[in-house]
Amino acid sequence: MANDPISQFKLTELIPLEIAETNISFTNSSLFMVATVVLTSGYFIWATSSRGLIPSRAQSFAEMTYEFVANMLRDSAGSEGMRFFPLVFSLFLFILVANMLGMFPYFFTVTSHMIITVALALLVFATVIIVGLMRNGLGFLKLFVPSGVPLAIMPLVIAIEVISFFARPVSHSIRLFANMLAGHITLKVFAGFIVSMGSIGAVGIVGAILPLIMTIGLTALEFLVAFLQAYVFTMLTCMYLNDALHPGGH
Amino acid sequence: MARKSTQIDTSAKQDLDKRLKEMNQRLGRNVQPEKDGSPEKPANTGYGNAFRLSSEFISAILVGAAIGYGIDWLLGTTPWAMIVFLLLGFVAGIMNVLRAAGEMDGTLSSEISKRQEGNRDES
Repeated sequence: MANDPISQFKLTELIPLEIAETNISFTNSSLFMVATVVLTSGYFIWATSSRGLIPSRAQSFAEMTYEFVANMLRDSAGSEGMRFFPLVFSLFLFILVANMLGMFPYFFTVTSHMIITVALALLVFATVIIVGLMRNGLGFLKLFVPSGVPLAIMPLVIAIEVISFFARPVSHSIRLFANMLAGHITLKVFAGFIVSMGSIGAVGIVGAILPLIMTIGLTALEFLVAFLQAYVFTMLTCMYLNDALHPGGH
Repeated sequence: MARKSTQIDTSAKQDLDKRLKEMNQRLGRNVQPEKDGSPEKPANTGYGNAFRLSSEFISAILVGAAIGYGIDWLLGTTPWAMIVFLLLGFVAGIMNVLRAAGEMDGTLSSEISKRQEGNRDES
């Protein structure tokens, strides 16, 4: 593998495909997305297939994951928000498993590409707008009008609220993508230090222990970040969905 | 139906907890009982918070600038709308950061009170 820290994010076409002058090749990114989905659904189908009253270890883990996401959703969007559970659960598992798969050496991190995270964030954003308008009609626009604001500064406040509303998918997607990208680059850079220091002789080999320790620490941190970012993404999804159900609630 | 099954579950769990406690006492072991309920949420790390706040701030400025640029492009008023909306985006960014910080503060204070309760239980 090449030594520069960026090459790990390079897309390679595994099965070149082109329809109507649009490149829709099956890339390594597609491969890992398929792997993520197959792994996740495969595990859950397998783990819940026996459905024992006393759960097996695998079933208990599947149920814990379910409970974890269900509680998160119920806490922030109320029991009404449980109708979005399939969306939220799928998002959480997709991001979590994709992040974790990315932690394997030589594997591709799907979520380190902005196009993926933007697509996920826009999916949530569109859901919020469509559901909000369908359920509340024009009452959804109350989201932009905080209560108790004097009429004189209303236009200013509405403009600010609209900007901050449209900033949501941007920050939502940038956070996940930037975390994964930055984390993997840092890991690669520090791991590269070990190799380049080790190649300059005995002193270098002794000195290479320092970046080695750093790399081990960073790997642990990256596992934390991989989980945390999946959690944060899901958490914010829940909060945004809550806005769709109860506009003007804050 | 669902309620019934959970009742059975909790009574069985309480029974098991009680028996476990008795056994541990008999063996002279000091084991903290397992906390039931939802799995614990990950504590907010400083790293995560920092990333959240900065991305919240930057994205609002970017969106403000983009909206201003779009209006300029449509109406040919370069650069005025961009200047105005860049500033508005700045304001929106600060508002977002304050909102996010307020939420973090809420979860933080609830966590602290939970910990204090835990300490009280132990003492």
